[in-house]
This record gives sequence, structure tokens and C-alpha cells, in this order.
Amino acid sequence: MQERKTTYEIPVGPIHPALKENIRFTFQVEGERIRSVDVKPGFVHRGIEYMGMRRNLIQVLYLSERICGICSISHPIVLTQAVEQAANIEVPPRAQYIRVIVSELERIHSHLLWAGVAAHELGFDTLLHLSWKVREKVMDILEELTGNRVDYALPIFGGVRRDIAAEQYPKLMEMIRYYRGLFEELSDTFLRDPSVEARTRDVGVLTPKEAHELCAVGPVARASGLRKDVRQDWPYLVYGDFDLTALTPEDHGVEVHGDVYDRIIVRLLEVAQSLDLVERCLREMPEGEITSFPKIPALLAYLKKAEGEGIGRHEAPRGEVIHYVRLEAGQEGPAVWKVKAPTYSNLMPWTPMFREQEIADIPIIAASIDPCMCCMDRVHVDRGDTREALDKQALLRLSWEKTRRVCG
Amino acid sequence: MKLSAFKRALWVYHVPTGSCNGCDIEIVAALTPRYDVERFGIMLVGTPRHADVLLVTGTVTTPMADRLRRIYEQTPEPKAVVVVGGCGSTSGVFYDSYNVAGPVDEIIPVDVYIPGCPVRPEAIIDGVVKAVAKLEGLEAGEKV
Repeated sequence: MQERKTTYEIPVGPIHPALKENIRFTFQVEGERIRSVDVKPGFVHRGIEYMGMRRNLIQVLYLSERICGICSISHPIVLTQAVEQAANIEVPPRAQYIRVIVSELERIHSHLLWAGVAAHELGFDTLLHLSWKVREKVMDILEELTGNRVDYALPIFGGVRRDIAAEQYPKLMEMIRYYRGLFEELSDTFLRDPSVEARTRDVGVLTPKEAHELCAVGPVARASGLRKDVRQDWPYLVYGDFDLTALTPEDHGVEVHGDVYDRIIVRLLEVAQSLDLVERCLREMPEGEITSFPKIPALLAYLKKAEGEGIGRHEAPRGEVIHYVRLEAGQEGPAVWKVKAPTYSNLMPWTPMFREQEIADIPIIAASIDPCMCCMDRVHVDRGDTREALDKQALLRLSWEKTRRVCG
Repeated sequence: MKLSAFKRALWVYHVPTGSCNGCDIEIVAALTPRYDVERFGIMLVGTPRHADVLLVTGTVTTPMADRLRRIYEQTPEPKAVVVVGGCGSTSGVFYDSYNVAGPVDEIIPVDVYIPGCPVRPEAIIDGVVKAVAKLEGLEAGEKV
């Protein structure tokens, strides 16, 4: 009798201990090997763009913070950039520096958070607790600067809402020294630990070609050797002054494999890079105004008269965030608001990463792109019981119709 | 309802139902060394079938409503449901969304609401303690 191999199906999600958020994977498995994967998002879609277009711009700013609790400075920063471009608002230099400082602090907290989650997915809970213990330091600083641990409510159109006081500088410097002192210990526990290396080396490989073709962004692309970083390629705020280069594992002196281990290296290097940036900002930050519109009613009145369109881009901890905004005179809210979050670009790279891997590696590969479903989730069309999926042609037709509708 | 389960370590299951990650990371922060609720025996578990307390975060999106109901049914009695965050308690900023089925208490019965956007880890610990106290009161025959 001829031996025939068949695949069987393993569904993972939308609620599963291996996933921190709701998404559905369907794996085709042969023995312990994954042959293919299908990803179905749409469980945390809250229709934020739709709600935003029915509110005034200041409310939209607070709503944009609630797109994601981890990137809660990235989305407002991008939205303010887009609106400032559309409405021709100048941002004072000091405000730009403050925005950079807080977004780099967010990168530190997000990468440490990820390091803990990744360690947990490897079954290395001691490392989870270590990473989250040291993360509390930057959370304290963020709370000190902005008044909240998670949603900071810092940027506003034309500047920022809070200044960094002179007595806060030493606290920031102390934090930088604390993390620099820890860096050796952290890279030792993550990069020279044989069990971490055994679980992550050559697991979930994404080749540079695949990363390029599938438009990976952020640390995922950089771990595959692409020097791609919005802060380097299209500098905004004051990043242009800093001569920043995107970091790849080569900067750590190792060859690029494009695996999970490389993603750990890149994120650790970026924590060090962010510390340098914060220190430099503190040294070079000029004195002066922190917003060009100190009075909120004046700002709202100005924005109501403004007309135009703008695009904001920012390198969030997970990659590039883009917001597109179109303002129309006489309308309080944006006429069009479109958000593209980094995880949206990093979904497709999951397919090659999972191929030919083992079932036991599903959690760490899924976590390795640092997925953030609440940022990227799109609506899932469910027409009755037909379970009809929209194909490429249908989607293209729908988007043409929408463009015509939006442009009039 | 026997509460002997609550006299020992309390096991918690975290259900995200459309949250923005803000409360979710604060729940993990409550478990890790700074706040360290594991010293009280409170531990996150991987399945609702092992749980005493459900921590529900986020307003409930339409696709998650039925799944939340199923998870509630899978949790053995006695159980307590704690809603973490403003949007799970009242729908919060997402009140006019087309994809929201409602706040958590429209889907399953809720015992404790923890307000905040996002909640602080201290508030989460306080909420879980209140849930236990409420259940103990119920057992003693108090009216809540």
C-alpha cells in the first residue's frame, strides 16, 4: 500500500493562551511540521476611523491614543503631524524635542515589554519577570513626565501639553545610567543564554528578499538585514539632526539570519540607541514655547477654518505608522482619516516565517513580530451564513468606489 | 455555592474582547515584580476551565460577544467577573462604534467594575480583592 501523507488543521485563536490578543490562525500541519498558515484578523476592529470622522479634532486626538495602549504616543504624534501639515501649523523646536524624548521612552518600554513577552512564550518566566521589573523604571519616568503610565495625552496640534521641568532632567539622566548599567546583564541573559539561543536561532526565518517583497517594517525588517527606518529615511521632527542609522544584527557583529534571535538583537540594540537619543535631546533641547496655540478654543476655531490634506509618518516601536488626514473648512472633524499601523505590514511576513516550523514554535514566532492587533484590525465582512470572502478584484472595485465617493 | 476554591490561591483568566492593550499590559504589570500579586497566590492561567476570576478587558466587539459568552460558560462555579477599564464598563470612547456589541455587562453578568483608562495595577489588585470580598459576603448570606 502506498503511504500517503495528509495535512490536518489546527485552529489557534481568537482566544488562546499563546496569543495576547484576538486573531485566528489556521495551521495546516503534517506531523509536527507546519505546511501553511491562514490568518484571519478582524476580532478587535472597533471602527475608530469612522468614529473619528464624527468628532472634533481634539477628541480625535484622544481617540487616536486609544487605538493602541502600547503605541499610545506614536498614534497621536502621527496624527498631529498630519493635521499640522494639512492646516499649516508650526511646531516650536522645544515641543519637537519633547515629542522625540517621549516617543523614544515609549520605544524603550515597548521593547522591554516585548522582551518579557517573548521570554514568556519561550517558557522562560524568570526572564519575563526580570524584563518587566526593569521596565518599571521607564514607566516611572513616563508617569513623572506626562502624569500617566500608559495613555500620555502629551502631543497637541501645534506642540505638546506639558513641558519637561529643569528638576526632571536629573531623573531622566539617572534612568539612562540605570539602563546603561543593565545593558550588559540583559544582553547576557538574552543573547548568551544557551536555552534562548536553542529556541530562537534559525526559527521563524524571514529572508531579506521576503522581507522586502512582503513590505515588512520596523524591527522585523531590520532583523532581516534591511536598513529601513522612517527616522533615517524620511526624517521628521528633529530626527534629521541626529544622523541616525537603522540598526541590523550586523551592528552587533553577527551575520544576518533573519530569525527570532536576530529580532531580539535588533530590539536590544534599539533600546541602547533610544537611550542615546534621549540623552542627546536633553543636552540640545532649546528653551522656549511648547505650543504655538496656548488656548484650546483658538486652536479649535483655527482648525475649523483649515482646509487641506496631510500625511504623518513615524517610526513606532513596531515599525512605520502612517496617518492620512483631509480637513475641510467649516467641519470640526477630519473629512477623511486613515490609519496604517505597523502590524498591518508585518502580517504577511508571518506566512514564510511559519512555513516548515514546528507546532511548539508557534507562540514565539507569532510573538516575534510584536503583533499589535488593536492597531491594525480591519473589519471582517460576514454576509449571513455564506462565509464569503472578498477576493482581490472585489476589494479593488470597492476601493475604487470609495475613492470616487471620497473625492466627490 | 461553595467558596472553598477562593480560600486558597486565586486563579485568574484574562479575556481580551476588543481592548486597546492598555489595560492588558497593566494586568501583566500587576503580576510582575513591582506589584507581584503572585505572592498572594493570584496567578494568570491559560484556560478558563482552571479559573476562579475572569478579568475582561475592553469593550465587546461583535465577533467577540459570542466567544465571551462561551468562555463565561466554560468557567466553573463559583466564579467572579471583573471588568477592567472604562470601555468594558460603559463602552467609553467607543460608544458610537458600528462594531461594538456593548459593554461587558450586556453580554455576561459582572461582579466588579474597575474604572480607569487605562486602570492602574493597584486598581486591578483592589478590584480582584473586592470580587473575593463580594463572593465571601454572598456566601455568608449578606445582601449585596
